Amino acid sequence: MAEKLIEIKDLQVSFGKGRKKFIAVDHVNIDIYKGETFSLVGESGSGKTTIGRAILRINPVTGGEIFYKGRKINGKISKELDMEIIKNCQMVFQDPMASLNERAKVDYIVSEGLINHKLYKDEADRKAKVDAAFRDVGLLPEFSTRFPHEFSGGQRQRIGIARALVMNPEFIVLDEPISALDVSIRAQVLNLLNDLKKERDLTYLFVAHDLSVVRFISDRVAVIHKGRIVELAETEELFTNPLHPYTKALLSAVPIPDPYLERRKELLVYDPSMHDYSKDGPVWEEIKPGHFIYGNQAELEKYRKELGM
Amino acid sequence: MNKEIILSAKDIEIMFNLRGRQLKAIRKCSLDLYKGETLAIVGESGSGKSVFTKSFLGMLDANGKVIGGSIMYQGEDLAAYTKEKQWRTIRGKKIAMVMQDPMTSLNPLMPVGKQIQESISRNQGVSGREAKKMAIEMLRKVGIPDPENRYKQYPHEFSGGMRQRVVIAIAVACQPEILICDEPTTALDVTIQAQILKLIHDLQLEYNMTVVYITHDLGVVANVADRVAVMYAGQIVEYGMVEEIFYDAWHPYTWALMSSLPQYGTKGNPLPTIDGTPPNLFMEVKGDVFAPRNKKPLAIDFEEEPPYFEISPTHKAKTWYLDPRAPKIEQPEIFRKLREQRMRKES
Repeated sequence: MAEKLIEIKDLQVSFGKGRKKFIAVDHVNIDIYKGETFSLVGESGSGKTTIGRAILRINPVTGGEIFYKGRKINGKISKELDMEIIKNCQMVFQDPMASLNERAKVDYIVSEGLINHKLYKDEADRKAKVDAAFRDVGLLPEFSTRFPHEFSGGQRQRIGIARALVMNPEFIVLDEPISALDVSIRAQVLNLLNDLKKERDLTYLFVAHDLSVVRFISDRVAVIHKGRIVELAETEELFTNPLHPYTKALLSAVPIPDPYLERRKELLVYDPSMHDYSKDGPVWEEIKPGHFIYGNQAELEKYRKELGM
Repeated sequence: MNKEIILSAKDIEIMFNLRGRQLKAIRKCSLDLYKGETLAIVGESGSGKSVFTKSFLGMLDANGKVIGGSIMYQGEDLAAYTKEKQWRTIRGKKIAMVMQDPMTSLNPLMPVGKQIQESISRNQGVSGREAKKMAIEMLRKVGIPDPENRYKQYPHEFSGGMRQRVVIAIAVACQPEILICDEPTTALDVTIQAQILKLIHDLQLEYNMTVVYITHDLGVVANVADRVAVMYAGQIVEYGMVEEIFYDAWHPYTWALMSSLPQYGTKGNPLPTIDGTPPNLFMEVKGDVFAPRNKKPLAIDFEEEPPYFEISPTHKAKTWYLDPRAPKIEQPEIFRKLREQRMRKES
């Protein structure tokens, strides 16, 4: 098995204090291996973005640990390690309309990371790095003197990707990178992300609510509900043998672009009160090699039967 | 299928005035709506699908104008309407609209119940207690629990899905004949989306409405539509029954849209893309609008605009591919696969 790039152990993230405290992410355990695309899927408010932001040290962690290449990166860390994380872990945001500074030229937007951390020798070096990032995402370097509003949605998302790439990262958190884009350009951006991954040996954490895209792009998928990961497996395994009722409900809700199948599918509804955890407490169990699920003993027994074990 | 035409738009042309420059957003669009059907209009952003349907309610922005064609509804030509007073007899009462984002289409300073009541009392002439009772009944119908108390609450106290239910309640409260849903679920989660689609369908049956969906999600189209119209650069380039579009489309733009879906891609292989950008509508377009982005254009595509060719009585496409003189062009693999998959499931 490949090297573990990111390890998340018992992560908890909460917002607010005292009576207003809200636990957004609870008891999350994930390993992300080098070179894979790991997807986090869940509805809005499930905490999927918060996990991505916690890894990048944007949201402070209230419990648990996060490791990057075996070194702890949450809480207080040395300046050198902090710099290393900033350089190696980058993020692409959902809405390219909102995430680019409207008043800055894209040349500045893309090179902001370099400028803030003095990661270039001289002006020529900076320019060369920015031009290379532009070319990598399929934009012409001549565009760099323009402002974000002069670009189309797909091009803007390319700028967002270039901004991450210019730091030469190893790991990128993609926070719903295509859900704000038009259907006709989604395929282009997906292809671009896949190509970049191959060329530069990148690792992705892909945060999404659209399962159809997830199936196409990811190697492993974790399903998150109300801040807890309920199921984790390799992509095809998860799509062919979903076990957790929430995963099943989510899969059944995705519209299939085929009228015959779409009109005959059965829509499942997930009701969290179906779990009785009062006596028999739930555990995070590897039910099959690589297939993890959250449930109590009685449920695990049922899941095993479903898998024919 | 019921063949009674309820609304008929013919050769609609819509022009926008943008700082003195003229942009022709809709270029001769014709569409018949049949009573009780569900029609889905698909296309990328900027293809004019919203603008086209907004012209049925006189809701174009102030700088936009219908400059040609007719919209016949109940014996009157809506395209000739000029006064707000005329539109008020149609808008909301006969043709209603559900917008994409429930956050922006509700008034944040008014309790939701009042907003429904407002629409009822304005359009149906009932007032006071009677209207309130109807508003609460409407809230119950769209699946909002405890409507008596929710009636007094403000939009920010509702979740996204519940807010969209309120918007639907406002639109349906006056029992319109035609309901236009402009991307009603794009701002929502998939699980909520499924519920909202079902709600609209149930209401459609109950009130015998004709529903027009505007969407770019082909999965939603497959779920709801009886008929599909594909729009590109201000024109309807192909239309037909939902099966005809999904299993046997003929316009290269429909092909490109279908093939670029990640659902049909194989992992590890690049997805087919639609390169280039839609044409600049400030200028006259010569020939086939889609030709510059078409991977296999014909020579005539750049010379002359194609007419509609009939594939079946319900299915037409605007492409030279269907001309008997055109070289034989294969449909993409994906349609054969979908047809075979369907046959297998049926047997």
